[in-house]
Amino acid sequence: MIEIEEEAKIMIKKCTDLELQRKSVRYRLALLKYIKMAGAGHTGGDLSCVEILNVLYNDVMNVNPENFNDKNRDRYIQSKGHAVEILYVVLAERGFFPESDLETIGKFKSLYIGHPTRKVNGIEFNTGALGHGLAISTGIALAGKKDNTPYRVFTLIGDGELAEGSNWEAAMLASHYKLDNLIAVLDHNSLQITGTTSEVCSPYPIDEKWKAFGWNVITADGHNIPELRRVLNEAPTLKDRPSIIIANTIKGKGVSFMENSTKWHHRVPSEEEYLKAVKELEAELT
Amino acid sequence: MIITDQLTEGKTNLEVYCDTLMELASSDTTIIVVTSDSRGSGRLIPFAEKYPDQIVEVGIAEQNIVGVAAGLASTGKKVFVSSPGSFLSTRSLEQIKNDVAYSDYPVNLVGISSGISYGALGTTHHTLHDLAVLRAIHNITIVVPADNFETREAIKAAAASDIPFYIRFGKKKMPDLHSENDIFEIEKASTVLEGNDVAFIACGETVLPAVEAAKLLHDKGISARVLSMHTIKPLDTISILKAAADCKAVIVVEEHSINGGLGEACATVILEAGLQVPFKRMGIPDEDTVTGSQIEVFNHYGISASGLCYEAEKLLAKR
Repeated sequence: MIEIEEEAKIMIKKCTDLELQRKSVRYRLALLKYIKMAGAGHTGGDLSCVEILNVLYNDVMNVNPENFNDKNRDRYIQSKGHAVEILYVVLAERGFFPESDLETIGKFKSLYIGHPTRKVNGIEFNTGALGHGLAISTGIALAGKKDNTPYRVFTLIGDGELAEGSNWEAAMLASHYKLDNLIAVLDHNSLQITGTTSEVCSPYPIDEKWKAFGWNVITADGHNIPELRRVLNEAPTLKDRPSIIIANTIKGKGVSFMENSTKWHHRVPSEEEYLKAVKELEAELT
Repeated sequence: MIITDQLTEGKTNLEVYCDTLMELASSDTTIIVVTSDSRGSGRLIPFAEKYPDQIVEVGIAEQNIVGVAAGLASTGKKVFVSSPGSFLSTRSLEQIKNDVAYSDYPVNLVGISSGISYGALGTTHHTLHDLAVLRAIHNITIVVPADNFETREAIKAAAASDIPFYIRFGKKKMPDLHSENDIFEIEKASTVLEGNDVAFIACGETVLPAVEAAKLLHDKGISARVLSMHTIKPLDTISILKAAADCKAVIVVEEHSINGGLGEACATVILEAGLQVPFKRMGIPDEDTVTGSQIEVFNHYGISASGLCYEAEKLLAKR
């Protein structure tokens, strides 16, 4: 991570795709390190959105520790709050707080609890109860339109979370008010704690639902850095419509034995599993 | 404090709410009113006509109204959510808890047509639970104003505050219980009538029957203190304890379930202070609420001049 910080200072301006890809690997290494240290974390859902957060914070959003109180900053609301560990890792690397703080995740009286809170620098809202982020983001986007401030609002939603009806209340309203400054990113990893989203309560067809609600729907590979850079930087590509990027992802992405497994929804790796995962990830850096 | 024989009928607290918002908005463009198809029932049409850019309609979607309001407030807007108290306080409870109170954005939640204002529309539309559920949430001030004066002052206090507020009132025309020189302070009960035999601690539209009961008792040689305990949270514990110490009986009156509301809050304060005083909660009992207009329901459950007078005499006789 320290190595990343050094890199970060240079790379904030413009990283190459390769540099961002390597950064994703380092994020995954840090993520597993701190989940193991905390003895808790939503490992699978953290790993599925690494590239999304990487691209948002390193290539797309106008937000950093210096401008965090600026009214023109871009906003990031993590509706799938349980994947907070990867958010902590990315915010630490971007300089919002020292990386050493991550050693306290989940500890008694630590600010770094298992869902986002505003007590942590860089976090806008206390989320984690599912189905809240889109309404909040709609309010922020509406204020941006009213005040003619040029920020964009990015919201990360899980696909299991789509069963929460509150999402659809917000989806209707964002479309009604033509909030093209609102960009939702769906971490479409197709798994939730009980099984596949199709088995639990099918959200399909996802794209047609959002289109029917008046949204601009874009599909992307949620682990493909150049593709994510393109779609997230270009959004909104349609005026007067909120956008949703359906990012196709793999839960547990990056560690072979964690991929596509409900078992890793919130499992903490054993020492043996951790070393095996680190070996796999480090191999990607050589 | 007032002691008059004839109370003058004022406006509805809803109308005063709209007047106050218009007064605030005249010099503050950050005031935003958010409605859930409720601008008509909220008497907010004049505001909508005069400040169309400062009112946001979200449709009939109470979870959404609070989430959206929190988002607006996070950008520096002074947001007033206006929605029937029944739906606002429970349909949106998780949004109130997380997006507003826990996230600490100063949204002002205004529960309109609360209590049993909707009368014969029935239990789906009654707000008899809001104080109980919201009292358990950290970081929210809860105000139940009695009359036009308290409503106006509560709205102004909420607009000036940097913490979340929940304010609820009904839709009845309320007589003025205050004189012009009265001072309104959050967390400080208003003494509507002085007295030392029995204390009525009431809130909202039940302060009026308490005042009327006090007049009946006065004619019988019993002096009744009437407190408008407009701030339910944080509570004015000093006034409660003073009432319990000064008076021979305490009756708490509220347009709310007897479970979890002002009555239980006052009882806790008195008991924890080690005071013993004959005590009675007057509210809506834990049963299938009787149907009828607000006044009929009030009368049925003894929230009336004669009902409260009877309870006071009964408590005093027990001593």
